[in-house]
Amino acid sequence: MSVVHPVATVANGGAPGSTGGDGTNHKLDVSIWRGGKNGRFVSYGITLRESQTVLDVVTYIQRHVDSTLSYRFSCRVGMCGSCAMTVNGVSRWTCRTHVSEVVKDGRLEIAPLSGLEVVKDLSVDMTGFFEKWTRAKGAFVPGPGPSRDFAVVSPDSPQRRKVDAAIECIGCGVCYAACDVVSWNDDYLGPAALNRAWTLYNDVRDAGNDKRLAAVAGNVGCLSCHSQQSCVKWCPKHLNPTASIAGLKRATVKAALAGRL
Amino acid sequence: MKVRTETLLWLAQRLSAMVLVVGAIVHVSTNIYAVRGGLTAAEIIDRVHGSTAWLAFYLVFAAVAAIHGPLGLRTVLNEMTPVRGRAADLVALVLGVGILWLGWRAAFGLFG
Ligand code: SF4
Ligand code: SF4
Ligand code: FES
Repeated sequence: MSVVHPVATVANGGAPGSTGGDGTNHKLDVSIWRGGKNGRFVSYGITLRESQTVLDVVTYIQRHVDSTLSYRFSCRVGMCGSCAMTVNGVSRWTCRTHVSEVVKDGRLEIAPLSGLEVVKDLSVDMTGFFEKWTRAKGAFVPGPGPSRDFAVVSPDSPQRRKVDAAIECIGCGVCYAACDVVSWNDDYLGPAALNRAWTLYNDVRDAGNDKRLAAVAGNVGCLSCHSQQSCVKWCPKHLNPTASIAGLKRATVKAALAGRL
Repeated sequence: MKVRTETLLWLAQRLSAMVLVVGAIVHVSTNIYAVRGGLTAAEIIDRVHGSTAWLAFYLVFAAVAAIHGPLGLRTVLNEMTPVRGRAADLVALVLGVGILWLGWRAAFGLFG
């Protein structure tokens, strides 16, 4: 159900200088999810300013229209991974998504990230997402004995290159929300946790790979990935979790054949 | 099911797929070739009767089909239906044995 918020019809004061890209004022019809799991969309009419991001719009509404709106953000520059939401049906990092890229017929529908429990409005509980990083053995395991010197890892070594390709994850959960297998298998570890496991699998200093491979194999892990790459398509950091998962598939098969699984 | 077994089944499905692709191409192209003059049981028997090469081919073909299909179905059942775990294993096993039995029976029947 969609309702028009009583205050929402008030535009942002017609703010002088608030223009669309072509110098004219653009009205924007923003529907925002309000409440918990059984909430509803509420419409807000605002005037779009030039170069506004989706996060700017949400912040504007929270500051000027309805201060009870809950959402989460931190860095505003694409580093912290806390601002992901579903925008016009697609999961996005909102601080780096310009309204002009995603607006459809002057409308913006902003919902919480799917695949996670809604806390309130646009904030979701990320616990399940990060618990899966733990389950995928996403923490570094030091080798036995104290290290006496720096580990020298050549940037050109094949393993370091594999780590480089996957390491820039900001933990935003966009891939997780976009993954079909996550949506139908509650236990599936998901692209981000598996991508993390792959970076550690290739970390020559790490000593936890046997347990890690056992954790990421099987039906909750890499073997359940359908390789259809929704995660790749929507990852704002342009990472390729599918390739990382394919690497884990090869590694787990080798381990199974060698009797190490 | 144990993680190792699950992984080996996954591998079996991939490997059987590779053999199946080659097998399907040979099977279908031979059929298309053979059907040109109309297909009769006599013609088929004429071609494959007593041929160890065709017998070997169809024994392998039926075996990989019996591995690949049921494993795929098992995954679909687990992902999409309430038939999961042991129940899905059982369905896959019965189907696999069934395909193998029918396939091999046909292959041996044609051989002689
Ligand atoms: S490729 Fe795998 S991890 Fe990525 S969205 Fe598809 S199923 Fe999920
Ligand atoms: S892999 Fe990409 S989409 Fe997924 S959590 Fe990391 S940065 Fe976000
Ligand atoms: S607010 Fe930090 S990534 Fe968007």
